[in-house]
Amino acid sequence: MTVRSSGTHPINIEQDVVLARQLARKLATECGMRLIDLTKMVTAVSELARNTMVYGGGGDMDWQIIDEGARTGLRLLFRDEGPGIPDIKLAMTDGWTSGSGLGLGLTGAKRLVDDFELDTAPGQGTRITITRWT
Amino acid sequence: MAALQPGTLDAMKNNHTQLLAEWTNGLQASGATRNLKEQDLQQQTSEFLHLVISGLQNGNDKNIAAPGWDDTRLFLEKLSHSRALLGHDSQQTANFIFALKGPLFALLQKHYEGNPALLAQQLWEVSELFDALGMQTIRTFQKSRESVIKRQQEELLELSTPVVKLWDGVLALPMIGTLDSQRTQVVMESLLQRIVDTGSEIAIIDITGVPTVDTLVAQHLLKTVTAIRLMGADCIISGVRPQIAQTIVHLGLDLQGVVTKANLADALKLALTRLGLTISKAD
Amino acid sequence: MERIPILQMGPFLLVTIQVDMHDQLALTLQDDLSERISKTSARGVLIDISALDMVDSFIGRMIDTISSLSKIMDAQTVLVGMQPAVAITLVELGLTLPGVSTALNVDRGMKLLQQRVLEQ
Repeated sequence: MTVRSSGTHPINIEQDVVLARQLARKLATECGMRLIDLTKMVTAVSELARNTMVYGGGGDMDWQIIDEGARTGLRLLFRDEGPGIPDIKLAMTDGWTSGSGLGLGLTGAKRLVDDFELDTAPGQGTRITITRWT
Repeated sequence: MAALQPGTLDAMKNNHTQLLAEWTNGLQASGATRNLKEQDLQQQTSEFLHLVISGLQNGNDKNIAAPGWDDTRLFLEKLSHSRALLGHDSQQTANFIFALKGPLFALLQKHYEGNPALLAQQLWEVSELFDALGMQTIRTFQKSRESVIKRQQEELLELSTPVVKLWDGVLALPMIGTLDSQRTQVVMESLLQRIVDTGSEIAIIDITGVPTVDTLVAQHLLKTVTAIRLMGADCIISGVRPQIAQTIVHLGLDLQGVVTKANLADALKLALTRLGLTISKAD
Repeated sequence: MERIPILQMGPFLLVTIQVDMHDQLALTLQDDLSERISKTSARGVLIDISALDMVDSFIGRMIDTISSLSKIMDAQTVLVGMQPAVAITLVELGLTLPGVSTALNVDRGMKLLQQRVLEQ
């Protein structure tokens, strides 16, 4: 597995969320992702970037384009030093029809990507890593 | 290690017609040019030689990742892709480059006659460069082949489940055989696209030919129906046999107002009615 | 401040969303629409999203809200032109917009609005 390229993008103001979406679209296109997968990824980015800004008090989005054998992947890490998520189980339970997920958008975002990792604790900020492969 | 001598470069430039001829002969003799058009071959060999000479002139020698070799790498990518499409294997494709070594070495032998040490060193330099270019070709060839195969697989999937136009504004998707998650997704996506492309208001998904429906497939069906509605069209599911109806009930799946019909004919009748059409006998 | 333009076509209002909206712009649109519906006593609102290649939960909920708001003010809302990839993604997100009427394009959307308004 090799990292083809990487970078980071701040998420502090509303416009950053839009920019993060556009950056994700550009990166996903670079990976050669099909339109549907790309759309899902960009939408997930919108949800998570908004969370980082609104609930995390601002943070960053680290990105990597990864080559693993025949497939290429886009991996994004959303991190903030905010309050953290107190009840992970509660935040992640949601029937697919309701779409509320406590307004955190986590469950929805999880369904839109291939790999989803949540690392958080009260007072310890939040780190969410999502990956989509071609 | 000293770089390529200007003498080598000059020798290549001054003799490039002869190089091309010998190279092309070598390629044809080895059979690497079967089902290649002669003018295509001519164009490719002359372009590659030209690119190699410019690359060397830019002074980057063997580091083919350097910007001076950008055009060459691009050329090789296109070459690999076209060979992959023709069904050549990676060896034949890399041979395109390796076959130039022979004529080039013969040329250098003549040029550096009387200076064996320099000749040996130049041959080594050239060899390393060509090996690097050859490896690059193989690498890009593999990638091209994989993407060609992937695309063919998708096309096959789409072909095996065609979207049919039953009437102006009515599309039908007859699904046949067992459905796996991936196939269902690909097929549903093409249905959605066809709805937009044709501006059809009604899509009929017929599952008469589907023996069993599991949770995943049922969920995909429901998601498709919802997506169709969001896009502004309507969906009717036809061919729901008793077993499948039972499965849906067992799985506790809420059909959410999805209209179902026992067979395609009934679904078509409903679709036409919705569009305000009636069929009457002509006398 | 940038705003999304709202066109008036007889008793209906037409909104064409063509930009990548940040949250504030979406909220402004919501406010602007409610005001225009009230001011013009519009009977219907047509929201054209055929140019949007992404709709997330925020925008989805905005559309839902606009639909509910309009209904309270006696206007029908029709959402038109959702792209396939967007529709699939929204469904995957779990946002099905049950209270929102939809149509394939502006033309059909208008016809639908006229029908609905007549029904009332």
